[in-house]
Amino acid sequence: MRIGSPKEVMPGEARVALTPDSAQQLQKLGYECVIETGAGVLSRFSDSDYEHAGVQVVASADELYASVDIVAKVRPPLEDEVKKLRQGQTLIGFFNPAGNEALLETAKDQGANVIAMEMVPRISRAQKMDALSSMANIAGYRAVIEAGNHFGRFFTGQVTAAGKVPPAKVLVIGAGVAGLAAIGTAQSLGAIVRAFDVRPEVSEQIESMGAEFLFLDFEDSQDGAATGGYAAPSSPEFREKQLALFREQAPEIDIVITTALIPNREAPELWTEDMVAAMKPGSVIVDLAAEKGGNCKLTVADEKIVTENGVTIIGYTDFPSRMATQASTLYSTNIRHMMADLTPEKDGQVVHNMEDDVIRGATVTFEGEITFPPPPPKVAAIAAKPVEKAPEKTPEDIAAEEAAALAKAGRNQTTLLVIGAALMGLIGMYAPPSFMQHFIVFVLAVFVGFQVIWGVAHSLHTPLMAVTNAISGIIIVGALLQLNSDIPIVQILAAISVLIATINIVGGFMVTRRMLQMFKKS
Amino acid sequence: MTIGLQTAAYIAATVLFILSLGGLSNQEKAKRAVWFGIIGMAIAVLATVAAPSVPIDQILIGTIVIGAVIGVVVANRVEMTGMPQLVAALHSFVGLAAVFIGINSDLTVHDFASVAEQVIHEVEVFLGVFIGAVTFTGSIVAYGKLAGKLSGKAMILPGRHLWNILIVAASLVLLVMYMNHAGSWTLYAMTILALILGAHLVLAIGGADMPVVVSMLNSYSGWAAAATGFLLGNDLLIVVGALVGSSGAILSYIMCKAMNRHFVSVILGGWGDASGPQMEIEGEQVAIDVDGVTGALEDADSVIIVPGYGMAVAQAQQSVSELTRRLRAKGKNVRFAIHPVAGRLPGHMNVLLAEAKVPYDIVLEMDEINDDFKDTDVVIVIGSNDIVNPAAQEDPNSPIAGMPVLEVWNAKQVIVSKRGQGTGYSGIENPLFYKDNTRMFYGDAKASLDQLLTQLS
Repeated sequence: MRIGSPKEVMPGEARVALTPDSAQQLQKLGYECVIETGAGVLSRFSDSDYEHAGVQVVASADELYASVDIVAKVRPPLEDEVKKLRQGQTLIGFFNPAGNEALLETAKDQGANVIAMEMVPRISRAQKMDALSSMANIAGYRAVIEAGNHFGRFFTGQVTAAGKVPPAKVLVIGAGVAGLAAIGTAQSLGAIVRAFDVRPEVSEQIESMGAEFLFLDFEDSQDGAATGGYAAPSSPEFREKQLALFREQAPEIDIVITTALIPNREAPELWTEDMVAAMKPGSVIVDLAAEKGGNCKLTVADEKIVTENGVTIIGYTDFPSRMATQASTLYSTNIRHMMADLTPEKDGQVVHNMEDDVIRGATVTFEGEITFPPPPPKVAAIAAKPVEKAPEKTPEDIAAEEAAALAKAGRNQTTLLVIGAALMGLIGMYAPPSFMQHFIVFVLAVFVGFQVIWGVAHSLHTPLMAVTNAISGIIIVGALLQLNSDIPIVQILAAISVLIATINIVGGFMVTRRMLQMFKKS
Repeated sequence: MTIGLQTAAYIAATVLFILSLGGLSNQEKAKRAVWFGIIGMAIAVLATVAAPSVPIDQILIGTIVIGAVIGVVVANRVEMTGMPQLVAALHSFVGLAAVFIGINSDLTVHDFASVAEQVIHEVEVFLGVFIGAVTFTGSIVAYGKLAGKLSGKAMILPGRHLWNILIVAASLVLLVMYMNHAGSWTLYAMTILALILGAHLVLAIGGADMPVVVSMLNSYSGWAAAATGFLLGNDLLIVVGALVGSSGAILSYIMCKAMNRHFVSVILGGWGDASGPQMEIEGEQVAIDVDGVTGALEDADSVIIVPGYGMAVAQAQQSVSELTRRLRAKGKNVRFAIHPVAGRLPGHMNVLLAEAKVPYDIVLEMDEINDDFKDTDVVIVIGSNDIVNPAAQEDPNSPIAGMPVLEVWNAKQVIVSKRGQGTGYSGIENPLFYKDNTRMFYGDAKASLDQLLTQLS
């Protein structure tokens, strides 16, 4: 089969989805590679480089679309690009299916199979095709470089014959892939790097890159169990604390790199105008969220501006494209890995296996159907479903339940007492006084027993049984009293009773003592 | 000795017995409390013997000495794993003594001040013998089952409830005949019926319910003593019998509660009715070898050990103790979780662990430790099954649904030491063994642990 990349049509887009290197790898998978003339120029890959790598160069995009089975692109296609697709042709590239429904319909109507690179599931196996991460990595790096370009001082602190230079202080907000790349870059240039993220658990990653993680201080006002001592990032309290922290940092910080993005939402405002005003002249802000409105409201997308107090705000949205060679190399490798997964036999034939989690997840149209959004990946399905929590009981509910239980217990107790009294009365009417006296003793002893035994420790239940065994040997008293009978059989039976009761008493107490001796404290 | 003095001695003995039982509220007090009991018993026996009506001769002294010697030998010989059998055997003695004393009382001629007194006396004789006889054979059968001399499985006769009811009804008829002076044979006939009833009741109860049975028999032996007390008009016997009886009743109640079962359904045998098919269990049992267990334990900071009857059977408590000692020496937090019905006797596991010198302050009850499992790295389950069965909470159709269990599956990893893949005493499948974080460590508990000890230095 044939795979090819056209020249990107978006103005200013310098990347290309196929490099000479990736083409050679694809040929090993059995594919013939095609490229539109001039497609790699902005990424410093000339047509002759491609030809050397065995890639066929064609003169126009139309010719390319007509001659290949698989089209590899970088940017989401435009309407007329999609129109060029034909039945059964495969398109691989960014597509933004969530925000591009009309295009998705067109692709479906054209009968093309579209694989959207941003839909690759974020699981370990798919990391090699995770183009979002490789692009974010470049953005993070480039952000620091752009900042350095507009920053009038060194990153690293130096003591020279011409005077002392303080190190630059860099604050990175958001520790995703881009944030971490920015931290690493700034750190290796010698700056003092601080970083913040709403997820306290990434502090380890931040610290491993050499930056200082800025924690928010929360007093025990929140229920910390679920969030690891951190408030929910959505709470107003959290936001207030976070802004207070940034405000405190603003006068000190030379370079701010913000990377906070929420999928398919406007970027949250994290660096307010008063913070910009508080910064020193010459400071730089790089807003990697510029495309989605920016983490700083002063940011203008795709432009660099300078505020009245001399702070430069960079709102470029094309950082990966600004490093087109690097970006193309990484992106084409991601594409190549995707192709490898699509070509299990390495015979140049695409097997679009919709049972495969990664391929299924990334495919947004297939055989005339829209297959977006994908079902949750099977790997995740193994993870335990969150258990539905019973609604929290309010203190009033609990109090009411307790009162009800108490009332019920009270009613039960009353009933029992009434029945007991009736029974006693019945017995008392007929039984002689001597029996009643014994009966009082009996009832009281039962009550004492119940009171005493409830206090026994659970761990001592076996000794309890042994000791009750021993003292129930008190039946010996009865046997002793019968010993002086005149009837021989009575004497014999009484003697046997004395014997076994003695075994009970002595054995019971001895074994209890033995057991209790064994209980030792550490 | 005068009657007044004797009564005073009995009061002293009663107070000492109550103190003795009350002292069991904690381990340190308990050691002193036993002495209260011993002194109380000595006072009671001496005060009785000192009465002129009791002949002090060689036969009496000889009998007591022989009994004491047997008692000492038995108490010193018994293995801690054999405690359930010993306790059951001792119960049977009390039952037998009660039967003899009741029959003796029937043989002795009495004068009665009134008809009512005679009726009451006859009822007392009958009741004392009945309870005593049931206790006697019940305990003998329980002993046989616990000692492995009889099959631990429940023996279910067709129409068994009917038989029990018939026996009780026949006994009532015999009681009426006895009161109408039909003669002593009615008493003997009833004794035989009661002996059959006791054996039959306990035969129908399965091994896993033994803690309830033993505490129930404990209670019966107390009531038998109390009935004898009424018969002889002796308050000391009544008080002690009532104390022991209520103690056994409370233990039975605690055990039943721990299994979420009704006392009646335990006594009548068999599991409660399940209302539908049990949940299907998905997944498979994943085995782990001794190296894997060693690694898991080396990495763990907190370990909880859950022992069960299997540990007692394999005599593995010493190995468990050694394991605990070594893990603690490495600075790991090791604790034990004891389910109320673990083992065959209330508190059985505590005694075994104490014998193996596991300090009692790291041995915790279910309620104390159940919330800690989620913060625990490794749980080792040794020879327990139903008490760690998540079906009790997850599957409303399980026979043990609603029974409080140790929530070991909340820990990061669970290692189950088990002989094989079987379902254990109660025959209920355990979904714990199929969970993702569970590993099965097959083999005899003691052999497995000893192997583990050679790896853990």
